[in-house]
Amino acid sequence: MNIVLNGESRALAPGLSVAGLLKETGLDARKVAVERNLEIVPKSAFETTLLGDGDRIEIVHFIGGG
Amino acid sequence: MDGNQNSGEDFFQVAGRRFQSRLLVGTGKYKDFTETALAIEASGAEIVTVAVRRVNVSDPKQPMLMDFVDPKKYTYLPNTAGCYTAEDAVRTLRLAREAGGWNLVKLEVLGDQKTLYPDIVETLKAAEALIKDGFEVMVYTSDDPIIAKTLEGIGCCAIMPLAAPIGSGLGIQNPVNIRLIIEAAKVPVLVDAGVGTASDAAIAMELGCDGVLMNTAIAAARYPILMARAMKLAVEAGRLAYRAGRMQRKLYADPSSPLGGLI
Repeated sequence: MNIVLNGESRALAPGLSVAGLLKETGLDARKVAVERNLEIVPKSAFETTLLGDGDRIEIVHFIGGG
Repeated sequence: MDGNQNSGEDFFQVAGRRFQSRLLVGTGKYKDFTETALAIEASGAEIVTVAVRRVNVSDPKQPMLMDFVDPKKYTYLPNTAGCYTAEDAVRTLRLAREAGGWNLVKLEVLGDQKTLYPDIVETLKAAEALIKDGFEVMVYTSDDPIIAKTLEGIGCCAIMPLAAPIGSGLGIQNPVNIRLIIEAAKVPVLVDAGVGTASDAAIAMELGCDGVLMNTAIAAARYPILMARAMKLAVEAGRLAYRAGRMQRKLYADPSSPLGGLI
């Protein structure tokens, strides 16, 4: 299946969870927030939220700013 | 004589939280995260603003701000820098709340790329939505006293008028308006944006501001860590001068040495 991750298309194995995506991407789940099709995925639901074909995923974190 | 006049405990309180420092600093524009961390430490700030952006998924091992500026030590104040609509601002802060678990946020909705002046109509919309959603909103706004009162009325926990455009370093362009906002407000008023050097911060505090928020004035100084310390001292000095109550301005001289007993 294909998803759009932070604006870029990416092919993934079907049935991957948000937690699985973070692991595959090498990101620390404690330091990011995830949005799936404009809806926030709570950290508590990372394991149970499965990605679907065509999902638009945003993974954000804090950077320096004023 | 009492050497501790008006020496009661003085602290900055916002949204029910107490802080010793009245200087809030941004974390952007530094050379690297080490300089960011050192400058923040030198500033004595307890609240730091941060931005929310996409993770670089192609290079996840890049250093992260959180590894250098400990969110357990500093209160992260997520901002909405770069947002031009209420919708984008609300979306950004909901993500920030999920990333960090903080509901104290800095709302800024910009109206124009050249001036980075706030779009007040969108700011009001976003503030209402965020407050309804349980956020504590510190709001960046213009130096309009009527708008400041409106933002307080809808429940913002701090009003943060600009001194001058963001990143301009021009200092307080309209001290009369800042003073009017302070006199009318029952929530903290902080000058946010436009400070250029230490005296600007001191002036803001002497006007009676509860605090000052700045980023570029420190980050763009030749020696940011030195300027961070200068800002810490300026904010403290300005606050003390405000509490001390300055002398009246007079048109003519008034000798400091007594005239009696002149030879």
